[in-house]
Amino acid sequence: MVDTKTITVTVNNEEYTSTVNVRKNLIDYLREDLGLTGSHVGCEHGVCGACTLDMNGQTVRSCLILAVQADGMEITTIEGLPSEGIAEELKKSFAKNNALQCGYCTPGMLSSALEYLNNGGRANKEEIRRHISGNYCRCTGYQAIVEAIYDVAENGVSK
Amino acid sequence: MKSSAFQYELPEDLSSALKLLNSNDLDILPLAGGQSLMPMMNFRVAQPDILIDLNKIDSLKNITIEGDYVRIGSMVRYCELEQSEIIQKHFPLIIHVIPYIAHSAIRNRGTLGGSVSLADPAAEMPSVLITLNASIELSSSNSTRSVNAEDFFKGIFETVRKSNELVTSINIPVSSMPKKFGFYEVTRRHGDYAIAGAVVTSDNGQDNFNDTRVVLFAVSTKPMRVPKSEAALNGNNFNNQDSINEAIDAVTGNSFERDLHNDETTKETLAKVSLKRAIGGLNG
Amino acid sequence: MTGPKFSFDKPGKYIGQPTERPDTRRLLKGRGKFVDDIQLPRMLHAAFLRSPVAHAKIKSIDTSIAENIKGVVKILKGTDFIGIVEPYVGVLSHLAGLRSAPQMPLAVDTVRWQGEPVVMVIANSRAIAEDAASEIILDLEDLPAATNTEKALDKDEPVIHSEFDSNLAWERTVDVGNVDEVYARDDVVTVEKQFLFGRHTGVTLEARATIANYDPSENQLDIYYSGQAPHMMQFIYAKHLDIPEENVRVTAHDVGGAFGIKVHTYGDEIATAAAAKLMERPIKFLADRYESFMSDIHARDHVINSKMTVSKDGKILALEYDDLTGIGPFSMYPRTSAIEANQVLNLTGGPYTIPNYRANAKVVFQNKNMMCQYRAVGHPIAMALCDGLLEEAAAAINLDSVELRKRNLIPDDTYPTTSTTGMKLDDLSHQKALSKLIEMMDYEKLKKENADLKKQGMYRGIGFCSMIEVTNPSPMFYGIGGAPIASQDGATIRLDAGGGIHVASSVTEQGQGTNAVLAQVAADVFGVDMDRVQVTTGDTKTTPYGGGTWASRGAGIGGEAVYLAAEALKDQVLDVAGVMLQSKPEDLNIDNGHVIDNLSKEKRMSLADLARTVYYRGNELPSDMSPELIATRHFRVTDTPFVFTNGAMAAHVELDIETGIVKILNFWAVEDCGRVINPMLVDEQIRGGVVQGIGHALYEECLYSDDGQLLNTTLADYLVPMATEMPEIHVGHIETPTKTSVLGAKGAGEAGTGGAPACIINAVNDILRPLGVTNYQIPMTPNRLLDTLRSAKI
Ligand SMILES: Cc1cc2nc3c(=O)[nH]c(=O)nc-3n(C[C@H](O)[C@H](O)[C@H](O)COP(=O)(O)OP(=O)(O)OC[C@H]3O[C@@H](n4cnc5c(N)ncnc54)[C@H](O)[C@@H]3O)c2cc1C
Ligand code: FES
Ligand code: FES
Repeated sequence: MVDTKTITVTVNNEEYTSTVNVRKNLIDYLREDLGLTGSHVGCEHGVCGACTLDMNGQTVRSCLILAVQADGMEITTIEGLPSEGIAEELKKSFAKNNALQCGYCTPGMLSSALEYLNNGGRANKEEIRRHISGNYCRCTGYQAIVEAIYDVAENGVSK
Repeated sequence: MKSSAFQYELPEDLSSALKLLNSNDLDILPLAGGQSLMPMMNFRVAQPDILIDLNKIDSLKNITIEGDYVRIGSMVRYCELEQSEIIQKHFPLIIHVIPYIAHSAIRNRGTLGGSVSLADPAAEMPSVLITLNASIELSSSNSTRSVNAEDFFKGIFETVRKSNELVTSINIPVSSMPKKFGFYEVTRRHGDYAIAGAVVTSDNGQDNFNDTRVVLFAVSTKPMRVPKSEAALNGNNFNNQDSINEAIDAVTGNSFERDLHNDETTKETLAKVSLKRAIGGLNG
Repeated sequence: MTGPKFSFDKPGKYIGQPTERPDTRRLLKGRGKFVDDIQLPRMLHAAFLRSPVAHAKIKSIDTSIAENIKGVVKILKGTDFIGIVEPYVGVLSHLAGLRSAPQMPLAVDTVRWQGEPVVMVIANSRAIAEDAASEIILDLEDLPAATNTEKALDKDEPVIHSEFDSNLAWERTVDVGNVDEVYARDDVVTVEKQFLFGRHTGVTLEARATIANYDPSENQLDIYYSGQAPHMMQFIYAKHLDIPEENVRVTAHDVGGAFGIKVHTYGDEIATAAAAKLMERPIKFLADRYESFMSDIHARDHVINSKMTVSKDGKILALEYDDLTGIGPFSMYPRTSAIEANQVLNLTGGPYTIPNYRANAKVVFQNKNMMCQYRAVGHPIAMALCDGLLEEAAAAINLDSVELRKRNLIPDDTYPTTSTTGMKLDDLSHQKALSKLIEMMDYEKLKKENADLKKQGMYRGIGFCSMIEVTNPSPMFYGIGGAPIASQDGATIRLDAGGGIHVASSVTEQGQGTNAVLAQVAADVFGVDMDRVQVTTGDTKTTPYGGGTWASRGAGIGGEAVYLAAEALKDQVLDVAGVMLQSKPEDLNIDNGHVIDNLSKEKRMSLADLARTVYYRGNELPSDMSPELIATRHFRVTDTPFVFTNGAMAAHVELDIETGIVKILNFWAVEDCGRVINPMLVDEQIRGGVVQGIGHALYEECLYSDDGQLLNTTLADYLVPMATEMPEIHVGHIETPTKTSVLGAKGAGEAGTGGAPACIINAVNDILRPLGVTNYQIPMTPNRLLDTLRSAKI
C-alpha cells in the first residue's frame, strides 16, 4: 500500500508542489525531495531539537509533522533565514561567539533562538537557557550559544 | 526509524472523522498534535493502518464559555491555551502549569485533547483537570457522553475511551477555579516529564483549606487523587503545620510505580516532597 | 636556514587570537555537507535487523516475505559475507595477553549482544528497508547470557567464546614500591571506597553514517565517512574487502560530532561497504537514534575497589585498587577495548607523587554492546578515583583537601620527571594551575558562604580535581602494537597562481575548529591573510597520510606539520623571489600576501605576481631554476610516548536533600594546553568537554536488564545535559609550551571530560560526608542520592 498525496508548500518563499508518500515526515521531505539539507535529523522522536524550524510563524519539530500536514503552510529553514535583520545579526553573533562546533544542532538552535528574540525575549541568560532547553548540543557546552543569543537580545540589530 | 505505511485521512468535519473511526476493525488512530503519536510511529511502536488527522476539524479548535462551564475543544494546542483570554481569566492554574510541559516547539503543536487521550501518567494536564473537576466529552458516530476526569484515566496510556470514540472537548465548570492552587514537580531537566509532581487546590477565600483536592502525578499508573490528604487539610488553616504534615504522611500507603530510573521508594519520597512544596507554594 | 623564522615572542596576527572559524559561515547558511546530505545516483538504502536478545544461537532466518516487498533489492545474512569480508580481531601486540574472537560484520551463527546486526536489507528507501526487516523471521535458540561484570569470571557464568577458558579478555598489574609495608605502619590513615562507573555513550547529534560506492571498472571503493580517522578506515576497508589500499578513498566532509564514537570499526558500516562492492551500487546507511544507543560503542563500565593511605601530616603514601571493566562480547577493532583499563592503570595518581602503588585491571567479556575508547579514554575514571580518595583522606586527617593536594602535587620545578606508573612527564604546571583556580573561584569566601548557608538548611559543596591528560600520542599508543593508526600527520601547502595558499592536512575536523587552527598557523607562518587560505582535511585521496583526529592531537601534531610546511614553502618562495628581485632570500620576507624587504618592510612583489611568473611565464626564470611552490612536511612526537597536559578544576554544587537533585552553581577549569593557538576554540572545547563530564556524573547511563536488554534507547530515557541545568564554566589558562615541537601546542579536547566528573562527585560528597554518608556510584541520580541520604544524619 503506497498512499501518496499531492501538496503545495511554500518553503523559504518559494512554492513547491510535490507528490509525497503520506508516511514521509516533513524533515525528510525537505531534505530528500527539496534538497534543503540545512535542517538536520538527530532523533526522529522530538527530543533533540535538531529538526526545529519555522512553520507559519511558529517553531515546530519537523520530524513530528508529516509532509502532507505541511500542505498550504509556509516554512522557513536555515537556508531561508533573511540576510538582514535579527536573523543575520544572530548568525553573526553565533560565529563571533563560536556558538557552534560541528554545526549539527545549529539550524534548530537558530530557530529556537529566533523564536525567543522575535517574541521579545530579554537579555537574561537564565531565560535564554530555558528557552533553548529543548535543543541538544553535544559539542559546545551551551555557554557560547547562550552568549550569542544574549548579545543580540541586548544589542538588537546594529546598523 | 521511519514509520510503517498507513492510509492517511484528513476529514474536514467531526462527523466524517467519527464515521472513519467507525468504519471497520483495522487499527485506526486519530492524530492530534502528533507530539506523542509521531514519535511512537517513528519508532514503529504504533503502526496504525489508518491515520485520521484531526487538524482540519475547526469545530474542535475553539475555547468557548457555554453557560456555567468553559468548553475547550480537544484540538486546542498548549500554545493557544496559554494565549486564551478565557483561560487566563478563569483558570490561572492551567496557565501556570503549561510552561512545565516540554518545550515551546512541542507546545506549539501538542493539544489538550491529545494529552488527555494519551493518558501518560507523568503528564501534568490530566492531574490539573482532575483538580478542576473537568469532564471529558467523548463522541462516537452515534452518541456523545461525558466522563468525569477522575474516572476517565484508567492506567498507563489507558482511558475509558472506546476505539470508535474521539475526545471532542474538555469541559471545566467556571466555578471550579480554586481560589488557591499549588503546583510542584520534580524533574531532572527543564521541560522533562516529571519524576513526581503534585497539584493542590483549595476553594476558599478565607484562611482555611476547603474542598481541597490533592492529585499526584508521575508516581503511579495514573493520576493519584489522595482523599486522605484532602481530608487532613480540609477545614484547617493554610499554615497549620500539623495538618499539612498529616496530609503529607497520608501519601504513604498508596501504591507507587517505579520508572526506569526511580524505584517505588523514591517515587513515594518525591511524591511527598512534591506535595509539601505544592502546599508551600499555595498562591494567594 | 637557522631556526624558525616565525617568532612567537610577538603575538601573531592569528596565532593566539580568538579568530572566527571560516567554517561557521557555511554551517550558518545551512550549507554544511554531512553524509546524509549526499545523494548519489542509483543509491540504495540499508537497514539492519538486529538481535533482540543478548545471547542466542541462530537456527534459521526466513526472509521469504521480506524479499517480496516491492522496493527491496537485496537481503544479506551473516553467512553471505563469508569469503567477502575477512574477519577482524581487536587485539594489539603491546597489550600482552589481550584476546578476542574474530568478528564478522553480521552475526554468523551466534548473536552475542542485543543490537548486534543479523540481517541487512537493501532497498529503494530506508522506510521500505525497515518494512522488510520487520517481516524477517529470526529463529533463535536462547543461550544463557553473561551480563553482570562482577560475575563475568565466576566458574558458573556462561563463557561467551568457546575457544577461551573464561570471559577474561585482558589483565594487567602494576606494582611499584611496597604498599603492604605502608599498611603495616601505625602512623598512617587508610581510606577505602568502592567506585561504580555506569556505562554511557557518545550520543553524537549526527549519528553514525556511511555511504559506500563501488566502481567495478576501476575496482574503486569510495566511502563517505562521518568519522575521525579516514586513513585508518582506508586500510581497514582495503584489507577486509580485498581491494588495493590506494583504490579506497575515504572522505569525511562535515562530521556532526564524533568524540571517539566515530573512530572504530562497526559491522553495519563494513557490511554497507561490502554490499556496495557486491551490488556495484552506492548504498547509504544511517544509524538512527535507536541503533546508535544499541550499537555505538559504550564507554566506562568499571567496578573499582580502592584504597589510599596517607601520613597524618598529609603525604600520600600508597594507592591500591582493583579495576574490573566490562567490554561487551568482543574487543573492538582495531583500537581494542583494553586501552581504557590500561589508561586507568597508567594515569591514576599521575598529578601526584605517590611512592607506593599497586593496581590490577581485569577486562572481561559480557553479552552487552561493545565498550571502547570514548572522549578522555580512562581519564574520568583515573581522576575520579584518585581525587575522590584524596578528598576522603583529607577528611580523615582533618585537612583541607586543597592543602592535601598542594602537599602532594608534583612540583612545577621538578620536570622532566616520571610518574609512579612510569609515564614520562614534562612541561606541566599543577601548582600554578591550582593556585590560579583557587584565586579564580575565591575558595575561602566560597567555603565560608557554604558554611553560612548550611545553617539555613542549604547544602552546598565544592569538589576539586587536579588532572593530567594524554595528548599528542607517539607511535607508542597504537602503531607499536600493530594497529593501522598513524601517529604522524602531514601537511601539504601549495601557493596557488592567485597568491592564496591551499593547505591539505591529514588531521580531521569534527567541529573543534581544526581547519581554522591550521589556517591560522599557515596564514601567520607563511604570511598571508587567513581569507587567502583554503584548507582540505578528511580525504585520503588529496591529503597527506596521517592518523586523523583523536587523543587531542589535531592542533599539536597536525598544527605542527602545517607549521613546518609553511616554513618550508616560505623558504621556497623566498628563493624564487631572491632570484626574481635580485636580492638575497634572507633579506626578504613575506607579509600580507607580498614579498617584502625584511628591513624596510617595503613591498617588493605580490605573491600572485610571483606565482604567476613561476606557473605561466617560466621563461622569465633562469633555466637552471625549477622552483617548487608546494611543500609537504610530516610531524610526529619522538622523544616521549605522550605529551601530557594538566589542569585543575572545581565545581560548586547544591544538593536538594529532599529530592536528590544536584544543581551545579559554578564550574571553573584552569587548563595548561601549552601554546593556545585560538583561545576561543580552546575555551569552548573545554566547556563542551566539561558538560559531557557533567553528563556522565549526573545523567547519562545505558541501563540494562539482567538478561542483557538495553532499556533506554531514546533521548527521552537516556538523559543528556541540556542548557538550563548547565553552569557557567569559567576557563583559565596557563601556557607551558611543550618542548617536543616548535609551536608548543598540546591538546585540549578531552580535559573537561576527564576532569569534570571527579569535581562533581567530590562536590556532592563534600556535602554528604558531614552527614555521615558518601556515594561513589555514577551517575549520581536522584534515586541513588536519595538512597544514600536515607542513612544520613540530617
Ligand atoms: C520532547 C517531548 C517532551 C514532552 N514533555 C512533556 C511533558 O513534560 N509533559 C506532558 O504532559 N507532555 C509532554 N510531551 C507530550 C506532549 O505534551 C504531547 O503533545 C501530548 O501528550 C499529546 O498531545 P498531542 O496533541 O501531541 O497528541 P498526539 O500525539 O497526536 O496523540 C496522542 C494519542 O492520543 C490519541 N488522540 C489524540 N487526540 C485524540 C482525540 N481527540 N480523541 C481520541 N484520541 C486522540 C492519538 O491517537 C494518540 O494515541 C512531550 C513530548 C515531547 C516530544
Ligand atoms: S530529529 Fe526532530 S527533534 Fe530530534
Ligand atoms: S555544535 Fe555539535 S551538536 Fe551543537
